[in-house]
Amino acid sequence: MYIRSAAAVSPQASFEALFTGAAGYQGEQLSCIEPDYTSYIDPKLIRRMSRIIKMGTAAAVESLKAAGLEQPDAIITGTAYGCLADTDAFLSRLVEFKEELLSPTAFIQSTHNTVAGQIALLLKCHRHNNTFVHKGFSFESALLEARTMMGENEITTALVGGVDEIIPASHALLRRFGLYRANGNSLRLVDEPAKGTMAGEGAAFFVLDAQPSGDSLARLDAVQTWYKPAAANVVAEGINALLAEQGIEWKDIDLIVTGRNGDAGDDTLYDLFKKDIPETSFKQYCGEYPTATAFGLWLTSHILHQQRVPGVEGLKPRRILLYNHYQQTHHAAYLLSAC
Amino acid sequence: MSAPVYISGTGVITAIGNDTATNLDALRSGSAGMGPIRWLETRHQGQLPVAEVKSSNEMLAEKAGLPAHFSRTSLLSTIAAKEALQNAGIPDLEKWRTGFLSANTVGGMDKTENFYPAFLQNPAAGRLREVVHHECGAATEITADALGIQHYVTTISTACSSSANSIFFAARMIRQGLLDIAVAGGVDALTRFTLNGFNTLMILDSQFCQPFDENRRGLNLGEGAGYVVLVSEKVAATLANKPEVQLSGWCNANDAYHQTASSPDGTGSYLAMQGALKKSGLKPCDIDYINLHGTGTQNNDVAEGTAISKLFAEAYPPMSSTKSFTGHTLGASGGIEAVFSVLSIQQGLIYPNLRWETQMKELPFAPVTTLQEKKVEHVLSNSFGFGGNCSSLIFSRIN
Amino acid sequence: MQTLKEQIIRQLNLNDKKPEDIGNDDPLFVEGLGLDSIDALELIVLLQQEYKIKLANAEEGQTVFRSIRTMAQYITDRQAQDAAAN
Repeated sequence: MYIRSAAAVSPQASFEALFTGAAGYQGEQLSCIEPDYTSYIDPKLIRRMSRIIKMGTAAAVESLKAAGLEQPDAIITGTAYGCLADTDAFLSRLVEFKEELLSPTAFIQSTHNTVAGQIALLLKCHRHNNTFVHKGFSFESALLEARTMMGENEITTALVGGVDEIIPASHALLRRFGLYRANGNSLRLVDEPAKGTMAGEGAAFFVLDAQPSGDSLARLDAVQTWYKPAAANVVAEGINALLAEQGIEWKDIDLIVTGRNGDAGDDTLYDLFKKDIPETSFKQYCGEYPTATAFGLWLTSHILHQQRVPGVEGLKPRRILLYNHYQQTHHAAYLLSAC
Repeated sequence: MSAPVYISGTGVITAIGNDTATNLDALRSGSAGMGPIRWLETRHQGQLPVAEVKSSNEMLAEKAGLPAHFSRTSLLSTIAAKEALQNAGIPDLEKWRTGFLSANTVGGMDKTENFYPAFLQNPAAGRLREVVHHECGAATEITADALGIQHYVTTISTACSSSANSIFFAARMIRQGLLDIAVAGGVDALTRFTLNGFNTLMILDSQFCQPFDENRRGLNLGEGAGYVVLVSEKVAATLANKPEVQLSGWCNANDAYHQTASSPDGTGSYLAMQGALKKSGLKPCDIDYINLHGTGTQNNDVAEGTAISKLFAEAYPPMSSTKSFTGHTLGASGGIEAVFSVLSIQQGLIYPNLRWETQMKELPFAPVTTLQEKKVEHVLSNSFGFGGNCSSLIFSRIN
Repeated sequence: MQTLKEQIIRQLNLNDKKPEDIGNDDPLFVEGLGLDSIDALELIVLLQQEYKIKLANAEEGQTVFRSIRTMAQYITDRQAQDAAAN
């Protein structure tokens, strides 16, 4: 599959900004830098859209524009938590007003496929539309479905995205599971491992094509996931097999992009992949959340296209391995090549 | 279709029965599952009829082999998925690559809504075990782990078409050699969140629903889980009981008209049904039975009915909404109705549309109102959800 | 009617509108303000929350919500009815 374009609404202003001055955040979480949504969405429609829908729609519209595509053959999204703001709004009123005077809008918007549905509505796109909601695999499942649809010749292009948001209530809850460090400094997150990571959020959308076009950003050679692998070497052997299938070896990989999140416990798993290969990470830019690999793919696509790596001088990678795990149970590996 | 995908087992739990055999008996005898709210704690008790699975969480937990404090969604899902896999009778299961592709809309909301009152007062209050399985994907993993399925696990959530979508994604994975076996379908449990949500939209019927009737008043919410076991040709060859049904067509199309209302001429529904026929290589006149989405709302039934009258143009097959038995099971409906469609072919049955009285003035046809026993070759099953998400599946007899 | 306009703007999140922008007799639905079926449901909630008035079904909304004036009139009529009944 070819990545024709990649656009994101994230805690970073742009790919360019990562070289001139990446945004840093203090505390427990990173927050998205949001664009002026009116330039993407008709103000009449915006009034009903909660934040996550605007984030997803803006990234989607931006990626379609960059790819020069008006109508994708399929729209597939991945979101682990769905539309939290609307869910919280409806649930709070449910509690406060004891099942009376509830908001129809909040209920309707709380369904997980609202982002994908709104994009279809905006584009008047009648094609395949799906949403995956499976924790750290939400985005990878969306990519896999796009791949299987291309395998059936049901589509040639697909708009695929991963999106998750933080709201005060969700953060207040998640932090009780001991996931986050108290006084984080996001840009030093990965370099200074400790107990806990920092929470993140974002929307990243991609236009995928079964065929190369003159200006594809990168080629996605393989994506694989492992659920609760029995032992550490299962994933390592799996990635070896992935390389073999592509007819390449470790020495052909120019850069490893990892999902290190600064949590000392989580990050030991990445040490298994320490090779004599330059390595970089992405969660210091976007934080930790179930669909963070969408941001990781965004970063990797632009690295391959522009042949430059933020924080790593002079490297022009032709092949990249992107490897991430979510809470040590959901592992994903991506193999990408420059076009 | 090049690489066929066979159905080798079914598992289902609804208001009309806790397993496939009991559901089938109820379908045969015309026994609907609606009634007063019994297990869900809500101020609407005594006011709104629902179609609850006739078991408490304790009873479900025992049957599922899971802790009683687990989300009802995960209990229902585990019971039905276990039955499906057992029913499939696959020897040497460990040597195959098996996936679990589930779907739901509520996740662990039945527990979260109990947690929220304390949490809203004080963010440090409430037991974390009530929300640790809140995510849609968590319910799926509880079942996957209980079944020992690990090779591929995922969850889809597209409102009322959710589990239809997981079924044909599973089929594609098998056809492309990514899986040998897939347990696919979905689940949803009744919650205050959904009951009140639909009540706010003013589309609930305060009486027992009458899908496709001129005087229909709305839907009855239901709950349950339904899964089919899809296998490749290679796996099918090892089975003692050869599969009788295959998934021969599918399509998902988007209405792109409005967030919740269907376009009056049923564009999304039309495109989904047409696409499924095209995928299967069948013509409208080949369909022997349509299992309607048929929720009983003003909007759905006229949109779906209009789409059918355009697509089938006078060669209308018998059709009925089994939601007149099970209520609208939301994310589970695609999976549950897939099971009913498979049974329709295996048993040679066309189910009645219960409580139907008057033909809709917009439509040139009526659903069947009595049980029919005849050979059924091809069944079209519709599942249409919010966000204009329309899915149609076609099941066919293997000859 | 001024209060009603403010309440509607708030309930429906019509951020770019001020009460002056909504004419008393402008159609609220399809044309004019261009509201839709979800907004109708929100207005039903508004009637209940601010005026303690319950609509029997969604269809009643089609006549009641024709314009600001018809809404205001309906509220006045219903409040009189409810007062008389008590």
